[in-house]
Amino acid sequence: MINILKSGFFTTIQDNGRFNYRDKGVPVAGVMDSYSASIINSLLENEEPTAVLEITMTGPKLAFEVDTYIALGGAEMMVTLNHKPIENYRVHQVKAGDVLSYGKLERGVRGYLALKGGIDTQQVLGSRSQYKPITDYDSIKKMDGLPYKECKEFKPKISEIKVDSVLDKSDLKVFKGPEFNLLTDKQLGQLFYRDFTVANENNRMAYQLNEPIKENNFSMLTSATLPGTVQLTPSGKLIVLMKDGQTTGGYPRILQLSDMAISILAQKRSGDHISFKLK
Amino acid sequence: MNIFNISVRQFGAHAVLVEWPNQVEESILEDILQFIQYLKNLQMDEKEWEFIPSYNSLTLICKDKVLDFDVLKPQIKEWYRAKGKIKTVTRYVWSLPVCYDKEFGLDLVEASGFLGLSIEELIAKHTQQAYTVYCIGFLPGFMYLGGLPKELEVARKSNPRPKVFQGSVGLAGKQTGIYPQDSPGGWNIIGKCPVPMFDVKKENPCFVSVGDKIKFQPISKAEYELHKIEAEVGIYNIEKSVWDD
Repeated sequence: MINILKSGFFTTIQDNGRFNYRDKGVPVAGVMDSYSASIINSLLENEEPTAVLEITMTGPKLAFEVDTYIALGGAEMMVTLNHKPIENYRVHQVKAGDVLSYGKLERGVRGYLALKGGIDTQQVLGSRSQYKPITDYDSIKKMDGLPYKECKEFKPKISEIKVDSVLDKSDLKVFKGPEFNLLTDKQLGQLFYRDFTVANENNRMAYQLNEPIKENNFSMLTSATLPGTVQLTPSGKLIVLMKDGQTTGGYPRILQLSDMAISILAQKRSGDHISFKLK
Repeated sequence: MNIFNISVRQFGAHAVLVEWPNQVEESILEDILQFIQYLKNLQMDEKEWEFIPSYNSLTLICKDKVLDFDVLKPQIKEWYRAKGKIKTVTRYVWSLPVCYDKEFGLDLVEASGFLGLSIEELIAKHTQQAYTVYCIGFLPGFMYLGGLPKELEVARKSNPRPKVFQGSVGLAGKQTGIYPQDSPGGWNIIGKCPVPMFDVKKENPCFVSVGDKIKFQPISKAEYELHKIEAEVGIYNIEKSVWDD
């Protein structure tokens, strides 16, 4: 078990997501920045899908009961292992009794903590990703502890890696969405020749953008949406659905983010700039 | 059998959107369900693909592969042409118990007043026909139902409630349905269903599928309490019959 001494602002267990229940309205969930999370899982030679901790803004304080190996990635946060600072994208050995403590957030929004073998909570509908009401808890806050398997000895093939970080990026590569052709020249100009800033309303369900484009009055029948679908509301507001986003919607789907673009956006906070680049 | 004019387009790197004419039509829904069955029978592996039907569209999602749309788009059109008339999975009519007591139907009085109906008339009109499930989305187990009589169309509440309880049955515009979880909501609440629409403990967490039909069965408060307990311990059997047009 990992004992949770402090849970942090919003720390959740996430794997690659919950598939095959979207036709019953169940969001995929899973890590928001899958690019960063998959690198640290690879460093630990974990097999997919392995559950990690997704740490939002302010991190937890955790005590390990048995030996294991860990790796951190995603947002840059001050993290200490028994009061000694440790770095992202390296394999660190952890001994029984060690304490991992998160401090100041320096860049990005979501940090990831992977363990050798992953966090071993029970799967619900094929996934460990926390999403209420599918899972009992929406975060680790009220949980007694986090189960994992002991690993005494592990010789990683690669023990550290230099990463082309998503934190440095703000261009979001996008595909044309199903209703892209509804856009007028004026709306296209507004979409692709300016920056947008992230609104205060941003979370695992959706990121809203502050700057509206020209409104539209197109009405359509409800149809499927995906993580990374950009919806245009009647008032002209743009909403980017993220991993916990609803599975269907009735607003025009004007753009679709690439997987990498979802990871880049997942590390942005209120006021950060992004721009769309058509693939 | 109708052959519709369908469009096929790329939807991001992992999905294809197939669209039928922009109408709410039983025959379109039936055609979509047939096409899903055809694709599952012949061409597409259910472990790799997800099939999301909704009103006039079918979204095919393949999470692991990078799709080659130049190949896939004409292929899907060809499959559609080859489909012919085939049998879909069995479609059911589910009879869901609803207690239209004022304790649960918080807006019964207001809504019936607005519609110019007595409460008994409102309940009779709400329970007389079967509704078609055109889509399940928005929240786990939330059904988009078609077939509400015009006499029951009532505007959304101007002030949505911060919390509507799970099982609440509501009216809003052309829609009626059941809140599958506690959630904020602006529908006019007229009753409550004691049977959960979504249960993660079940292998099939949501017994209803797109294409099924729903009938509401009025029950007393005593029956509500009984069915609620039966549902909690897992011995309530939801009444169903095979729907055959």
